[in-house]
Amino acid sequence: MGTAFYIAAAVAVLSTIMVITRYNIMHALLYFNVSMLSVAVVFYLYGAPFMAALELIVYAGAIMVLIIFFVMMLNLGSQTAGEERSWMTPGVWIGPSVLCLVLLAELVYLMVQPADTGAEIKVVDPKEVGKSLFGPYMLAVELAGMLLMAGIVGAYHLGRQKKKIVHRFLENSPS
Amino acid sequence: MEAQYWWIIGGVLFVLLNTAAGLIWLERRMLALWQDRYGPNRAGPFGILIVLADTLKLFFKEDWIPPFADKVVFVFAPAVVVASVLMAFAVVPFGPGIVVADMNIGVLFFLAMSSLGVYSIVLGGWASNNKYALLGAMRGASQMISYEVFMGLALMGPVILSGTFNLSGIVEAQRGMWYIFPQLLGFVIFFIAGIAETHRLPFDIPEAESELVAGFHSEYSGMKFGMFFIGEYLGITLISSMIVTLYFGGWLGPAFLPGVIWFVLKTFVFIMVFILLRASMPRPRYDQLMEYGWKVLFPLSLLNLLGTAAVKLFIDK
Repeated sequence: MGTAFYIAAAVAVLSTIMVITRYNIMHALLYFNVSMLSVAVVFYLYGAPFMAALELIVYAGAIMVLIIFFVMMLNLGSQTAGEERSWMTPGVWIGPSVLCLVLLAELVYLMVQPADTGAEIKVVDPKEVGKSLFGPYMLAVELAGMLLMAGIVGAYHLGRQKKKIVHRFLENSPS
Repeated sequence: MEAQYWWIIGGVLFVLLNTAAGLIWLERRMLALWQDRYGPNRAGPFGILIVLADTLKLFFKEDWIPPFADKVVFVFAPAVVVASVLMAFAVVPFGPGIVVADMNIGVLFFLAMSSLGVYSIVLGGWASNNKYALLGAMRGASQMISYEVFMGLALMGPVILSGTFNLSGIVEAQRGMWYIFPQLLGFVIFFIAGIAETHRLPFDIPEAESELVAGFHSEYSGMKFGMFFIGEYLGITLISSMIVTLYFGGWLGPAFLPGVIWFVLKTFVFIMVFILLRASMPRPRYDQLMEYGWKVLFPLSLLNLLGTAAVKLFIDK
């Protein structure tokens, strides 16, 4: 368990670093995918298999595919990678690294504190997730449903097309 | 326990890869039969050595990476499809106790792996840096994302009836009645979505050779093309075995044959149906495919889910 966790965590950290430092946006997105896969492994190891599966289905399988799809359509060639390279001067790194160092210091501080209870890993199976979603968190589910409905209606409105007449013979025919 | 585990993994891999290779021969012979000709019948008994000849041919072809392609992604893409399909087989119960990973999220794992399979088409098409490949990748991505939705919704029928995501549990729950009877609609939707997910012939719009050269794998040759090819046959086997597991009682059957044999027999029936579909159906247009999915299958799968849940609640009360 321990070894698997450290491998997955190391892959997650490394791939996230690669996401930031790649000049080619497609490669960056692929590394982002790897990072999400490794986060899914961590979820699975620490007793949340349902969450791990959702991470794969929703994030890696659907959202990232859509993002890659749009980037693919933009046809960003080597020229964009060159531009990206010219923006990534060493000076750019100062701000983010200072902020990250603050976070790292906090993390180290928390890690050296004596561990409090040593919580047991409890496997949460899908049934329990469902029960709590449709029990105490009912309101959140309903709100998310409404938001999605608004999205669907908006997408329908934007994507609506007038009926196109493909031939002049069909113009006057009753439809 | 440990040794037995490795035997299962090795056995599953061995059988699957050989099945995928053997399907090359089976499909050609069957297509020939249904189209009233002979098919490959020269090499070896019934022409079965055509598999060997094909493999050797693929190995000896020039393995060419176009200079304008994105090399790393180009090499990576064909591996994704085979890897994701083989991973999905980890949760399929081939017989009582013969399963690589008996997870309690089996159905979700299958969905996750089949959604990762989209990447092979998208990346393959993008990395080729070719307009036909890009068009194929575009169609493939939208087709597979759309049909995944109905596939997931149709899968929820057996899950509701059996009350578990575990595939062995779903098979065990079918002892009284196979789920094909209460879930006929769900089965039809899952089957159609499965064809679209493996982009087999009625829905092979991403590769549509009469309009897009070869679609997303136009630039691929040699064994990289072979990986796409094998991935497709593995995909057929995966969808067939999922249909058998979810709707046709998996390994269950009369006791005179062991469970694994029943599973294999049932799976082969569905592989044959896949081949028969290829032999008999024309390809729809891209917009027809999307309209059919979102306007017919999507409402139907939602209705199926609603009806199943209502009946289940009514009976349990």
